[in-house]
Amino acid sequence: MTNRKSNYILTALKYVILIAIAVCCIYPALWVVLSSLRPGTSLYSPTLIPETFTLAHYRELFNNPSFQYGKWYLNTLKIATLTMLFSTILVTLSMYALSRFRFKSRKSMLTSMLILGMFPGFMSMIAIFILMLQLNLLDTHAALILVYSAGSVLGGFVVKGYYDTIPRSLDEAARIDGASHMQVFLKIMLPLSKPILTYVALTQFTGVWGDFIFARLVLRSKENWTLAVGMWDLVASYQNSNFTLFAAGAVLIAIPITLLFIFLQRFLVQGLTSGASKG
Amino acid sequence: MNGHRNAATILSVLCMGLGQLYNRQWIKGLLLLVFNAAALSYFISNLGTAIWGIVTLGEKTQGLEKVGRLMVPVEGDHSIYLLIGGLITIFALAIYLTVYGMSIKDAYRTGGERDAGKTPANFKQTWAYITDKKFPILLLALPVSGVLLLTIMPIIFMILLAFTNYSSPDHIPPASLVDWVGFQTFKDLLTLKTWSRTFVGVFTWTIIWAVLATVTTYFGGILVALLIESKGIRFKKLWRTIFIIPYAIPQLISLLVMRNLFNGQFGPINQYLSYFGLGKLPWLTDPLWAKVTVIIVNMWVGIPVSMVLILGILTAIPKDLYEAADVDGASGFQKFKIITMPFILFSTAPILIMQFAGNINNFNVIFLLTNGDPVNGNYQYAGSTDLLVTWLYKLTLNNSKFNMSSAIGIIIFLLVASLSIWSYRRSRSYKEEDMVQ
Repeated sequence: MTNRKSNYILTALKYVILIAIAVCCIYPALWVVLSSLRPGTSLYSPTLIPETFTLAHYRELFNNPSFQYGKWYLNTLKIATLTMLFSTILVTLSMYALSRFRFKSRKSMLTSMLILGMFPGFMSMIAIFILMLQLNLLDTHAALILVYSAGSVLGGFVVKGYYDTIPRSLDEAARIDGASHMQVFLKIMLPLSKPILTYVALTQFTGVWGDFIFARLVLRSKENWTLAVGMWDLVASYQNSNFTLFAAGAVLIAIPITLLFIFLQRFLVQGLTSGASKG
Repeated sequence: MNGHRNAATILSVLCMGLGQLYNRQWIKGLLLLVFNAAALSYFISNLGTAIWGIVTLGEKTQGLEKVGRLMVPVEGDHSIYLLIGGLITIFALAIYLTVYGMSIKDAYRTGGERDAGKTPANFKQTWAYITDKKFPILLLALPVSGVLLLTIMPIIFMILLAFTNYSSPDHIPPASLVDWVGFQTFKDLLTLKTWSRTFVGVFTWTIIWAVLATVTTYFGGILVALLIESKGIRFKKLWRTIFIIPYAIPQLISLLVMRNLFNGQFGPINQYLSYFGLGKLPWLTDPLWAKVTVIIVNMWVGIPVSMVLILGILTAIPKDLYEAADVDGASGFQKFKIITMPFILFSTAPILIMQFAGNINNFNVIFLLTNGDPVNGNYQYAGSTDLLVTWLYKLTLNNSKFNMSSAIGIIIFLLVASLSIWSYRRSRSYKEEDMVQ
């Protein structure tokens, strides 16, 4: 009898903790959404839920001439899509090779991949900057796509881990039946790697939305900026005076990415854990 | 009977491609000849300058020169361009020499086959051979060259910078030249009072931060995951989806939002505190509170990731283990201690160490949230919450102390690398890689 009672209390306690955590998770997001609908520009607000709602800040994002939000959105979309495409191809091909084949320099390649990933990313920024200057790629989107795609290979361990778990008898059987390496890859491996492909594509796509360090260095003119650079500039230069505008911009960025994540979370779990069990 | 082999090898050594032509591999030979001609014309015009550039880093300072009766500004040498140009040329040379070596080996082998009475492979057969036996090399060629040019070359360049005096105000090209100074930068960093005090302070905080950030997010993640999976909890999927939200929002956005949320004057958190009659807290402006704030915010960002990870692992624990424990009359806590925890630790140990290493380099949280502030008067170009990485960033982009920042970069690298290689070598996946298949 008492046992059952204490069980109830325990379960109730668990629910209380879960609800508390849920509030912590949702509150910042909710606060930004509500702030973006609040009239006025200031950060301060007497209540969480504004007394009147307005869409003026969303309109201003696209109408304000000194502020090219729409243009930045398109830029980011373009860079993110192309980077996603190229880096997914590069990562899958190279990690497939490293996982499936045994060749002379394989182990040293894996080790150097690991080592290179440990340098602070922007340590190489100055050199890349000068390189882009000499290739005449400064202030172009091509530079960003090139650097992001080339860099993505170093983070491919998760993909290699995934390929390691696919039984090798599968491709050996196909090879015995006379399929070429390319056929094995395209017809057998590629369909099997859909979850991990989704994972890589998703992380690459969202990564671009968040990177402002390198983008800020390369993209000089305002109409070429990405959203990350623009939003960073907005916060850095107007801090408190234009908070509601920032909130509106943030909401428009966060909504598509968050939805993507939530709809694809199955793949996310798979991707993260396939990397985990294999280290 | 080694006539063909010797002839082909000697011809190949003389000029790339000749050996292949001698072996009647026309297309391959011609391709190599063209490649050789292009490479040679590039190296003849560039190699000398490249080596001179790397060794001297330029000799002529920018300045005015007398031409006739007028003073004319002349461009000096730009040390940094010389260094990068030289590096690229040396990389190209290494690639050229590798191809050269391979072509000689190929001529030697094909010549040997001809001696043995076989006909040398034609171009189509060679291509088939590459796509069959050398398939991984083919796949890796493009990514590896990308990494070579855009990651390895820049890193070597930055390592070299640590041994120069490239820093403002006295050694910034094109106005002045940069020189090699050996280990002087490292010596300054560790012995000059202003630098060493900053370095020790920032270094200590970086380690404390990395430990706290890793531990809090890891155990927080375990706790949340266990809560969701524990008995009597319904709507598991809903909870999981809610808790994934912080992970789903782009980090840049959520951190900038947090910065406003914790704003000392107008931020809602302080509003709530004063509403409940508590004083406002200097979340981002007091050195100690700022450190607390970054840890809290990092938990918000990081716990969902470990939660997702650990939820995945929990489903992989064989159920019969728990059933056996039930039969033996184990309590819930005992089951957790003996089955769940060892299982989680075992499968996430490598990830844990990678997260620790990642936190040492965690740029976004610090930079976007506090920008390293509040300012610390005792520090050289660093604030109280600055990590080594953000300090490096400030030194590079705001203060142009390039040599100092690359010295710090090297130190960060040594720290992270030794840690990760140690853990990687110990990890199951490295030792038993081929056994798992």
